[in-house]
Amino acid sequence: MSVTIQLSVNRRSVTAEVSPDTLLSHLLREQLRLTGTHIGCDTSSCGACTVHLDGRAVKSCTVLAAQAHGHEVTTIEGVTPADGSLHPMQAAFRSCHGLQCGFCTPGMVMAAIDLVTHREHATEEQIRTGLEGNLCRCTGYHNIVKAVAQAAKAMGR
Amino acid sequence: MSAARAPLIGQSVERKEDYRFVTGAGQYTDDIVLPQQSYAYFLRSPHAHARIRAIDVAPARAAPGVLAVFTGKDLAGVGGLPCGWLIKSLDGTPMKEPKHPVIAEDRVRHVGDQVALVVADTAAEAKAAAALIEVDYEMLPAVVDTATAASNPARVHDIAPDNVCYTWGIGDKAAVDAAFAKADHITRLSLVNNRLIPNAIEPRAANAHYSRADDSYTLYVANQNPHVERLLMTAFVLGLPEHKVRVIAPDVGGGFGSKIYLYAEETALVWAAKRVGRPIKWTAERSESFLTDAHGRDHVSKAELALDRSGRFLALRVHTTANLGAYLSTFGSSIPTILHATLLAGQYATAAIYCEVQAVFTNTAPVDAYRGAGRPEATYLLERIVEQAARELKIDPAELRRRNFIRKFPYNTPVGLTYDTGDYEATLKRVLELADVKGFPARKAASAQRGLLRGIGYSCYIEACGIAPSAIAGALGARAGLFEAGEVRVHPTGKVTVFTGSHSHGQGHETTFAQVVADRLGLALDDVDIQHGDTGKVLFGMGTYGSRSLAVGGSAIVKAVDKIIAKGRKIAAHLLEAGDADVEFANGEFRVVGTDRKKSFAEVALAAYVPHHYPLDRLEPGLNENAFYDPPNFTFPAGSYVCEVEVDPETGAVRVDRFTASDDFGNVVNPMIVEGQVHGGLAQGIGQALLEACVYNSDGQLLTGSYSDYAMPRADHLPAFRVETAKGTPCTHNPLGVKGCGEAGAIGSPPAVINAVLDALAERGITSIDMPATPYRVWQALQAARR
Repeated sequence: MSVTIQLSVNRRSVTAEVSPDTLLSHLLREQLRLTGTHIGCDTSSCGACTVHLDGRAVKSCTVLAAQAHGHEVTTIEGVTPADGSLHPMQAAFRSCHGLQCGFCTPGMVMAAIDLVTHREHATEEQIRTGLEGNLCRCTGYHNIVKAVAQAAKAMGR
Repeated sequence: MSAARAPLIGQSVERKEDYRFVTGAGQYTDDIVLPQQSYAYFLRSPHAHARIRAIDVAPARAAPGVLAVFTGKDLAGVGGLPCGWLIKSLDGTPMKEPKHPVIAEDRVRHVGDQVALVVADTAAEAKAAAALIEVDYEMLPAVVDTATAASNPARVHDIAPDNVCYTWGIGDKAAVDAAFAKADHITRLSLVNNRLIPNAIEPRAANAHYSRADDSYTLYVANQNPHVERLLMTAFVLGLPEHKVRVIAPDVGGGFGSKIYLYAEETALVWAAKRVGRPIKWTAERSESFLTDAHGRDHVSKAELALDRSGRFLALRVHTTANLGAYLSTFGSSIPTILHATLLAGQYATAAIYCEVQAVFTNTAPVDAYRGAGRPEATYLLERIVEQAARELKIDPAELRRRNFIRKFPYNTPVGLTYDTGDYEATLKRVLELADVKGFPARKAASAQRGLLRGIGYSCYIEACGIAPSAIAGALGARAGLFEAGEVRVHPTGKVTVFTGSHSHGQGHETTFAQVVADRLGLALDDVDIQHGDTGKVLFGMGTYGSRSLAVGGSAIVKAVDKIIAKGRKIAAHLLEAGDADVEFANGEFRVVGTDRKKSFAEVALAAYVPHHYPLDRLEPGLNENAFYDPPNFTFPAGSYVCEVEVDPETGAVRVDRFTASDDFGNVVNPMIVEGQVHGGLAQGIGQALLEACVYNSDGQLLTGSYSDYAMPRADHLPAFRVETAKGTPCTHNPLGVKGCGEAGAIGSPPAVINAVLDALAERGITSIDMPATPYRVWQALQAARR
């Protein structure tokens, strides 16, 4: 049994046939081949699959694809400018060395954009608390926190 | 390039690889889908130890979408997964090497052991079909506890009746005994180095394809050393021709050691790909990673330090029991021996050292290298006992260390290593300044005002990196060489592609190695491209682990670059009608010494590929060179760390308030990347000290099998770090003067944290605590001390 869903993914209308138990993370990766959204766990603990649903960060493994019917989804591919430049958050991760292996990075960037967008003048402590749902094993978070603070400035937050 | 530009070496240039990672354009193994892709699921043992009486796979074979089901019987002709390091016991007998079957044959030996492989059209179908397999298990008693494994009547392997793989020793036992007999003071310490699960955020994954067209295989795999993977798999397990197997480790999402090894899953996939006739992909669920990735640490040790009246270290005696898990992993046997006991001199001129290591099998996942690999265990033991000795003798812990520092190099340790260079006083002095140790009493008083106990802890670490001189490693039991290979391919336009046997899974080689090559050839950074991770492109390689990439892999590249320059000089000499010896190369130009007659690097490259005016009688066309580099010695990065913690005596919660590091890595190519490596290591070391523990219950069930149970460091657990890379003492024996930086943070930090916790708790009469110092454990210690 499958259901037909219609949603917006990265500002494009998408129609897909999914099983009722298909997760949004699997729809994005396997059917739409948007492989920038990564899967790092099976308990909604790591945050590597974080995307935006109607502008708010969600772990896409906690959302059924069918629940996204009629909603707007933005992935890391959707925040990347087409002209080869970078979103200020992406640019800050790069210039602050806020990534090493890159696997947690798309989820971290999506969570950080949400954090900065919805909280002005975040302190270091607030940034650390705000990123608590995203695991990184490489950086020790030091440069991620720096990157988010730098991007907040660049984004006028 | 005509004018000399500022060197790239030493600059924190942004990483070339980052655009693809920050935009989600990286290609990790699970991102790759091949035509006609099929998917695998492994049925795993739910028991720690059991005999397999029967397996009924018929219902699974008949399930929707299923292409094949394989069990250990189907793989009966396949070899076991090999161990790459032979350790001999003190009595001269070789270690016990039980077979490590790709799929369990008649017995399962840890929870998660592979029992059957199901291949289906989709991953969901493979998993659903696996649930239909019926296995008749006869339960056997499990051996779990490290310390008591050797006296447990149950046997993990019949060839090791006492569960002992080997009992190995190093050092002069008689000299140590004599030193203890005349010691003024003896400090004694028992400790546990807690078992850890590496937890790279990308789970292990593999995708194997067989081509009928040319009888060849391609394996995509999340791995740190694709050539080693291929060699072990073809020569020792599957008996396939090595040249017909291509192993590609594409973007890899962290390794920390756990992706060095040849695992059962990818081996089974390669074997099955030809039989199924379609590419097969497997990606571990995180639950499988917890159960089956090789774990780290798991030592139980007793240590004794003999000192004279002035605090001089006379001798160190250590006994370690190391848990190897259910099977020997690829390098499992070498970690508690060659990479642990040889590091017990640390930064100190201790005259005599003896260490005995008993390695045991248990019904737990295999244990192998995890960031630092043996060296964190040695450093933790040594820096704990030194700090305890300082406390017992009422000598300032920094001062006690200073009195015992090695100050003359080269220095031969009593445990087999020769340190080429170092300046331990410099990093200790610097870290004491950076950490504002002078201000500690005031901060302690301020904490006390808030009802909190503040403590300060030190750690002075050393590590042996740049692994490894092949001859020395071979004499110690290594079954492989440990050199590295590199190739520099100059294109006709003067652009350069470098192929390296090192593998980057976060380390930033695409940038660092390009900085080195661009500087040597006088090119722009963008004119140099680094390729790695593909046996089809790279001539050979031993891969990335043991902080070896720049020291060994980088040196191979430098050798190849030097050959390019040497040939370029001959080409330029011909073009400039000068003698070879009269042509010098600098800033990207070949120039006749003392004249303005010159040819650019690009002009020489073009001449090599369009050899119309070229010394073809004595020189081949083209500009492409290979090099292999075998290091003459290990490198010895070292440094000093200071940690300050606040302990809440009401809850037992420990907060790291400050962490300061001063590291000597020799020369540094990219300070930003190096500091990032230290940050990451510190997080893992602080994680080990305060949060992380792999726990099995007495039946061998893994209690910490998810992120809800295994406490990973998160952003709000950690402070901002104060990290400084010292000007340093360059390595004396490699062309870049580099030592390696990848593991330092994880090696040096656990004792600094625990020493700080114990300093905070000292006023409550607590003298010892094991890692991880969780609130529960600290609170219990506080309650016990109150009684």
